[in-house]
Amino acid sequence: MPHIVAEHARRATNTSPIMELRGVKQHYAIARPLPFAPKKIVRALDGVDLRVKPGSTLGIIGESGCGKSTLARILSGLEAPSEGEVLFEGVDINSLRGAEKRHMRQNIQLIFQDPYAALDPRMSIEQILSEPFEIHPGLVPESGRRRKVQELMELVGLNPDHLGRYPHNFSGGQQQRIGIARGIALNPKVLICDEAVSALDVSVRAQVVNLLQDLQQELGLSFVFIAHDLQIVRHISDEVATMYLGRIVEHGTFAQVYDHSEHPYTQALLSAAPELRQGNGTKRELIMLQGDPPSPLDPPPGCRFHTRCPIAQARCAQAEPTLDGVGEGHNARCFFPGPIPVRSA
Amino acid sequence: MSNQTDAQQTPLLQVHDLRVEFSTSQGIATAINGVDLSVSAGQSLGILGESGSGKSVTARTIMGLLDTPPARVVGGQILLEGEDLLSLPSKVRRSLNGPRMAMVFQDALSALNPVHPVGRQIGELFRVHRGYSRAAAKRAAIELMDRVKIPAASSRVNDYPHQFSGGMRQRIVIAMALALDPQLLIADEPTTALDVTVQAQILALLKEQQVERNMGLVLITHDISVVREVTDHVAVMYAGRVVEQGPTAQVLSAPRHPYTRGLAESVASEELKGSRLPAIPGSPPDLLNLPMGCSFANRCWLATEECNGRVPTLTELGESRATACFHHEEVQPYAAHSR
Repeated sequence: MPHIVAEHARRATNTSPIMELRGVKQHYAIARPLPFAPKKIVRALDGVDLRVKPGSTLGIIGESGCGKSTLARILSGLEAPSEGEVLFEGVDINSLRGAEKRHMRQNIQLIFQDPYAALDPRMSIEQILSEPFEIHPGLVPESGRRRKVQELMELVGLNPDHLGRYPHNFSGGQQQRIGIARGIALNPKVLICDEAVSALDVSVRAQVVNLLQDLQQELGLSFVFIAHDLQIVRHISDEVATMYLGRIVEHGTFAQVYDHSEHPYTQALLSAAPELRQGNGTKRELIMLQGDPPSPLDPPPGCRFHTRCPIAQARCAQAEPTLDGVGEGHNARCFFPGPIPVRSA
Repeated sequence: MSNQTDAQQTPLLQVHDLRVEFSTSQGIATAINGVDLSVSAGQSLGILGESGSGKSVTARTIMGLLDTPPARVVGGQILLEGEDLLSLPSKVRRSLNGPRMAMVFQDALSALNPVHPVGRQIGELFRVHRGYSRAAAKRAAIELMDRVKIPAASSRVNDYPHQFSGGMRQRIVIAMALALDPQLLIADEPTTALDVTVQAQILALLKEQQVERNMGLVLITHDISVVREVTDHVAVMYAGRVVEQGPTAQVLSAPRHPYTRGLAESVASEELKGSRLPAIPGSPPDLLNLPMGCSFANRCWLATEECNGRVPTLTELGESRATACFHHEEVQPYAAHSR
């Protein structure tokens, strides 16, 4: 059913998605503590459908353990899902082999959270940035690589004279710029940013966010921007999806999700961020959730959010709601969507 | 609520011109370069700064938890109710940690002992400091766990740290810090490792306990919205110095130091959607090689010759505000300034 809806939406907007997830599940088996102990399975992703439109940014928000990073690994092809399809330009990336697979890898790049851990400490910046061209040798002839590396460094705002330096010579913000330069070296179509600015200081974070947006305009990139910083996601995203325990619980344009949230979890999440509550725009009441998110090892039956939901009813513990339309291109997985009534103080 | 007249008479904690250096293989790094702070009973002070600004070193120096060497306190005073902690013998000083002042760390899991039940770790404080019996210590631990809102405290008192979630662990660490009714609580990035819905719970707990106990609270964070949410006063640190301080609401809404303004402004607010974020150019200075003048001068749009020549000192502006900038009168409110 969601696929048919997706087909309709695609024809309606007339832009086919550059990437698409169809019914993606990723289950990890946990090592048994004892030989005959029951097998435990972490349902990191449990049926995710998503589309990434060309040239636009899809933001993913959610708390730790909701499956955000698993999603990044699946989208980038680092992991194959246990079930479902990951389509890049209409082709399942996990069915590709050989040259086709290399082509896919060239077009989907990933930027990691910890820039220092993502760079080999024993490689100079020149080596780090020319490695992609060694793996994909047809793109830039060997003689032109140094020039290309310098161009990349300029593009991300680094001094091209520093190409002989090593990662530890750079500050955190500069290291992340190196990571970004490597991510865009092969002229990819999709850039997946998994908490790409979370490790950076506030004053430097704004620089890197600006850089990512400039690059998107210049190079026509599509972004999947995964972050727990709700304000940055709002700033950078065209569409936003909220995840909870391996499921997408709400999806829509940034304005729909942030200003007209329909799912109680999205509302609680946004209200918990002081900066969004303090904004001069819409005034939010803090919806204090009880407890922590349940473990994905043992998700609650029915709606996965019902154990913490302020408006849960008996029905929520029995059946799981589907991701249904609550507005044009706006979906929520809730039996009782809509603003949570504010308790009078 | 904080008692204003009381607050002005006896500051609970005063830090004067504190200086701390670290010797590294590349030379001497000046981590704290003349810090002045003051916290009264019932008052909460936020220390706002980025990594390397010296905010955590300040906290550790106050608590006497610095590793010396490599660190060395090269000057200044730390007065707890008028008594200089730096001149006390280390044994006396250590005995103050717990009953007089306590600290909550960022990483609750590494602050707890993994091989002892949490009830025993909380109870240990009562056994060591107050000579409680095992049974009495356990009862006191359960009562404290209840007060920091750990559900079913009496049945969880024998559980180990790994059996608790991140938010619950942080509550246990807060319970331990509050156990001996300290006058001063220092919380170093207490919610940075937590999810945003859990962060809201922990901040509410800290604030509630601070008001209820009329305690002095020093909250160290890089997150401007956490400071705005919890603290009455704020000290903004940059490269080992306090560059601006005063009542939180005034400082953050009408900053008088360009760095504070840049920080407050680079937050991605709703109005900036679709435009570039006003970022502070460059990055913080190298602590091994601090500039002669103002540390912020090379990133500052107001900097002049004077700023490169000498360090601006923290100057009173009235209304208990102070700033360390020669050009503080030129720092405009956000909207007027665009780059």
